[in-house]
Amino acid sequence: MNKTWNNKAWWMVLPVVLLVAFSAVIPLMTVVNYSVQDTFGNNQFFWAGLQWFEEIVNSERFHDALGRQFLFSGIILLIEIPLGIFIAMNMPKKGWSISVCLVLMSLPLLIPWNVVGTIWQIFGRVDIGLLGAAANKLGIDYNYTRDIGDAWFTVIIMDVWHWTSLVALLCYAGLQSIPEAYYQAARIDGASKWAIFRYIQLPKMRGVLLIAVLLRFMDSFMIYTEPFVVTGGGPGNATTFLSIDLVKMAIGQFDLGPAAAFSLVYFLIILLLSWVFYTIMTNLDKQER
Amino acid sequence: MAEIYLKKLAHSYLPNPQKPEDYALKEIDQVWEDGKAYALLGSSGCGKSTLLNIISGLLTPSQGQVLFDGQEVTQLPTEQRQIAQVFQFPVVYDTMTVYDNLAFPLRNRKQDEASIKTRVAEIADMLELTADLKKKARGLTADAKQKISLGRGLVRQDVAAILFDEPLTVIDPHLKWLLRMQLKALHQRLNRTMIYVTHDQTEALTFADQVVVMYDGYVVQIGTPQELFERPEHTFVGYFIGSPGMNVLPVSLEGATAYLNGQSLALTTRYISQPGDKLELGIRPEFTQLSPIPSAHSLTVTIKRIEDIGRHKIARADYQGREINIVIPEDQPVSVDYKYLTLDPRHIHLYANGWRLKQEASA
Repeated sequence: MNKTWNNKAWWMVLPVVLLVAFSAVIPLMTVVNYSVQDTFGNNQFFWAGLQWFEEIVNSERFHDALGRQFLFSGIILLIEIPLGIFIAMNMPKKGWSISVCLVLMSLPLLIPWNVVGTIWQIFGRVDIGLLGAAANKLGIDYNYTRDIGDAWFTVIIMDVWHWTSLVALLCYAGLQSIPEAYYQAARIDGASKWAIFRYIQLPKMRGVLLIAVLLRFMDSFMIYTEPFVVTGGGPGNATTFLSIDLVKMAIGQFDLGPAAAFSLVYFLIILLLSWVFYTIMTNLDKQER
Repeated sequence: MAEIYLKKLAHSYLPNPQKPEDYALKEIDQVWEDGKAYALLGSSGCGKSTLLNIISGLLTPSQGQVLFDGQEVTQLPTEQRQIAQVFQFPVVYDTMTVYDNLAFPLRNRKQDEASIKTRVAEIADMLELTADLKKKARGLTADAKQKISLGRGLVRQDVAAILFDEPLTVIDPHLKWLLRMQLKALHQRLNRTMIYVTHDQTEALTFADQVVVMYDGYVVQIGTPQELFERPEHTFVGYFIGSPGMNVLPVSLEGATAYLNGQSLALTTRYISQPGDKLELGIRPEFTQLSPIPSAHSLTVTIKRIEDIGRHKIARADYQGREINIVIPEDQPVSVDYKYLTLDPRHIHLYANGWRLKQEASA
């Protein structure tokens, strides 16, 4: 049998290969490159093996930042998800007020991260900020630059303000897709308001809620700009989350090796968590069928 | 269980209805007997869902009253009426098992678990759901889900009537028939009042003792399937029920003779009509006959085509620009030469403006 060999088709794949190479593989590889080498300057590098990884994984600094990160993500999820559901359930179902509501709620989502940080930085200032000055006038000792609790409070309220509407909008879409017959059937069955929520609304919102949790978790896990602008990671290291710590290490201290190892570990954690979420979501989908 | 009395009931979706056209449901005054199976039949938008929602309490009528066993319930919300309803699309509580679904209405009414258990077992047995009781409801097929919706209505002992809003729409055709038979059997066993909304005449005629035909907001006729077939009160009933429907032809009247484009037809009796009425003659295709030889009062028609549908043949004929359908028994010969159509005078109906004409009292 005469088979003609023609490999020209491989050229078709080239654009994708180049795109992926430049957008992901090569940048990632430079990080991998740094993570296994050490330098004393002068652009001279020598092999360091897994030394940086061992150092990062065992360092208290990394553990602390990771702990703060999980705490932060946990708290904002615990607030934003129930609050988002509550808001969605109380939004108007018909009429012109829907549009007003939707526009008002989308506003925080449209503001750039940096601006959100600046807004809250000023809002909370003790001398001129509406929140900070008012609180102090009322005799509440509030100062996010000095007090750890106040700093956390500010950063969390800021995130809740910025992102709860995303959860609410997703839940609203989920609620709107429930056919009227479900509510009618529930009335005929004599279901209480709580039962309607527990057995109709919540199950029907499950899909969008999973997406909301995933989006909010991932986004908050990678948060950088807003807390950086407001607290700069302080007071002390109290609000130094993973990204902030990474930037401090890489750009502040110019410890390229440890920072590269840090970012790879960070990346692997996110990858792992995404996988866990993905598995849970697909398993739930399978149960559905 | 209860008798349902719809007293001077009418409904309009407009705030200030003036003309009859403003009403989605024109005034009716009827008693629906306890334990019977009723079908509400009509095409889309005829007001049948409006009527159903008024009975179930999802809608408050703009005038008139609804009485269950003499008790006024017009203003009572759905949950306080003893009503169960099965919707077009199956409504089940996804996260619950079949058992919990069936127990749900009883648990909401704070019954004790032991009595719930026996009641659910009884109903599940009746609906052949016993094997699925422990399964999650969301994994079941559409027909099983519809049975669950029905079951949630049946578990309550105090239900006055069970309403069905086109419940077989999403069911596979071969299961439709089966489920309809089960419903019918259930009705005979339970003797509960059932009201079944549909636009499918087969469904209505096989399920119901009494068929309520609705057209343009009017209840045009209530009767047994046989009555609807033999004495349609409105041309719509004649046309909607039967396959093919009744032939309707414009006529003029003179005494006991009707004139169809100049051709005279002897009628069995005289009718009372008003000048200016739009008069029409109705005859079911089953009561017409084709023949190759002309006879007195026969109409000369042109046969356009003949369809053999197995049980009988249907001839589509043209009479001076009007289509007439003729049903011919399978064993009788027919061809395009059979040009002379005779109408059985005993089965000729006369209508004025759509409504059946009263006969003059035989003197």
